[in-house]
Amino acid sequence: MATTLPRLRRRERARSGRARSEEHTAWLLCAPAVATILLVTAYPIGYAVVLSLQSLDLRFPEEGGFVGLDNYGTVLSSPLWWQTVFNTAFITVVSVVIELVLGMALAVVMHRAIFGRGLIRTTVLIPYGIITVVAAFAWFFAFDPSTGFVNSLPLIADDTAWFGDRFSAFAVIIMAEVWKTTPFMALLLLAGLTTIDEGLYEAAKVDGATAIQRFFRITLPLMKPAILVALLFRTLDAFRVFDSIFIMTGGGQDTESVSILGYNQLISRLNLGLGSAVSVLIFLFVLAIAALYIRGFGTSVPGREEQK
Amino acid sequence: MIRLAAILCALGIILAGCGAESAGGPVKLDWFIFNEPSGAPVRIAERCSQESGGRYDIEFRYLPSSADAQREQLVRRLAAEDDTIDLIGMDIIWTGEFANAGWIREVPGAIEQDLTGTVFDSVLASARFEDRLYAVPIWSNTQLLWYRTDRVDQPPGTWDEMLEQAERIGPQGRIEVQADRYEGLTVWANAMIHSAGTQILSGPEELALEQGPTERALALMGRVSREAAPPDVSTANEDSARLGFESGDSSFMVNYPFVHPSAKQNAPEVFEHMGAALYPRVEPDLPSAPPLGGINLAVSSFSPHPDLAFEAITCLIQPQNQLEIAESGGLPPVNRALYDRSEIERIYPGFSDLIKESIEAAEPRPAESPAYQDLSLAIQRALHPTTGIDPQNPTRTYERLRARVEQAVERRGLL
Repeated sequence: MATTLPRLRRRERARSGRARSEEHTAWLLCAPAVATILLVTAYPIGYAVVLSLQSLDLRFPEEGGFVGLDNYGTVLSSPLWWQTVFNTAFITVVSVVIELVLGMALAVVMHRAIFGRGLIRTTVLIPYGIITVVAAFAWFFAFDPSTGFVNSLPLIADDTAWFGDRFSAFAVIIMAEVWKTTPFMALLLLAGLTTIDEGLYEAAKVDGATAIQRFFRITLPLMKPAILVALLFRTLDAFRVFDSIFIMTGGGQDTESVSILGYNQLISRLNLGLGSAVSVLIFLFVLAIAALYIRGFGTSVPGREEQK
Repeated sequence: MIRLAAILCALGIILAGCGAESAGGPVKLDWFIFNEPSGAPVRIAERCSQESGGRYDIEFRYLPSSADAQREQLVRRLAAEDDTIDLIGMDIIWTGEFANAGWIREVPGAIEQDLTGTVFDSVLASARFEDRLYAVPIWSNTQLLWYRTDRVDQPPGTWDEMLEQAERIGPQGRIEVQADRYEGLTVWANAMIHSAGTQILSGPEELALEQGPTERALALMGRVSREAAPPDVSTANEDSARLGFESGDSSFMVNYPFVHPSAKQNAPEVFEHMGAALYPRVEPDLPSAPPLGGINLAVSSFSPHPDLAFEAITCLIQPQNQLEIAESGGLPPVNRALYDRSEIERIYPGFSDLIKESIEAAEPRPAESPAYQDLSLAIQRALHPTTGIDPQNPTRTYERLRARVEQAVERRGLL
């Protein structure tokens, strides 16, 4: 903070009339976009906050009213909420770590592919193009003891009930997530890989660096911004996991995520007050994750680059 | 709203929407219901529309096939006072919720009089809220015990007997139940608790769940799940149970009558030895409490044509229509007298009296509670997975169930 202040003042002083009018025009040009964004995002979010401060159940239209932070108190003091936060964090961390490792491997392969580059890149992207619910059903049916093929594979007991136990259910959910979103991770990482100057590798080779050394000394450090952006996107995405769990276990076996919990309050119980409180809390968690990445790890977000 | 619609009409923006009525043609009645696979409801609705002499025309608006998804779509529309809904095909467990919220109209006294005594008491009770009738039953459903006649001589009368027989049969003695975390688990728990001699609620907002009988019911559910049910019991629903029974690996199943024609088609060798009996009891000296299902017809409070809608309902529920639904869809009629007709014996060969007996004995779920959805979620949460219920010591599960149900009745906290 201290370092930015003098710079701001200097800029302030240097401001001419022309600069000010330019800024004015800039704001005018931005206005439609800003207004649209306010309308489609800020308004619903604001409305959710307002709802979360009320006791409001659509099934009991007569009851209700302003209750302040009561709903937040109810949610935060409920063991169920913390259980789902833990479940969500568990799924997020495990799946993002696996995706990062696999995605990196895929990115390197795609980058080094000599022939059929376009074909390979397109093929790798197929899982990401499949609708999440469809992918979730495919995995569900594959692991279902009565219809699936997985249990007839060697080394797997024929009557394994994958969705009957908490950790095997988690395992299938995470596998489905990983399968579906690794291509996205790989694509983001590939973009980072292509920005590295080939000359650096050649120079390192001349100096006698091994392939492993080149990967850890050149590729990884230079890819840090791309990796952080990829991790940021995927973490935000994974934290809101819903479809796979909804299809495979419906939240049973203690596999509920925060989104499923919110869905139950909002859509099944029509308890708009509690449900909105859950949604706002999920939003705050997502904000906190984004802040952690951007402030804590110095992830650069699009649009910020020029200032550096 | 009406003024706005009039203005829009005047502006000619929604030509199609308001053209029909001003032209004096039949009034369009929108019937929101799931797409019953046999198509019988569509045929009877067409016939009723024709018989109305151009006064109304019933149009189908299909809801998803799962009951939970149907409800989710309906309640959002109703809470928003959607006036495009006229008729609603309601699962029998929605009555309390919909009536309490003021979403459905009370059934006129004249229609109610015709139904009393004609329709099974248990079925009609499912359409009542606070002693008033809010819906008109069109078809019912109930679970029977299906068993293998080649593996047991006498069908078991109680769950204990069934467990004994299952053990004697060995690996193929499995019992198919529904214990996934969904409405089906509430159905099973309700039947067990009732048959053990207590109930979940004793009034719309009064908890019953007497400890002794409830624990007895829970212990049995735990034992069945651990010792006799297939390994995927924690995700088992009506359809996976049917598939399990059709595979021949199971000797018992509690399920709705749709499994009978299904086995005939998919597994003739199982079908040959398929017997039906009354839903098993928990206590030998207390009556069986079979689950009740089915659809009741209600008129939305926001429908602009309530009188025509009720007129359409009286046409839809006529005895020959109920028979047609039973014949093509296998869904049991709600009029008691129809079970004396010869057609019924053809539809349910050898077990039509059993279905009648089962519907008469059925104990509905505590759906009179306006917060039934909360209640059902609470029960599912407390009991799932049923393999986690310790048959030797069900007290821990009992306490969890009691606390959850209490929470649901008071509608507090997360569920």
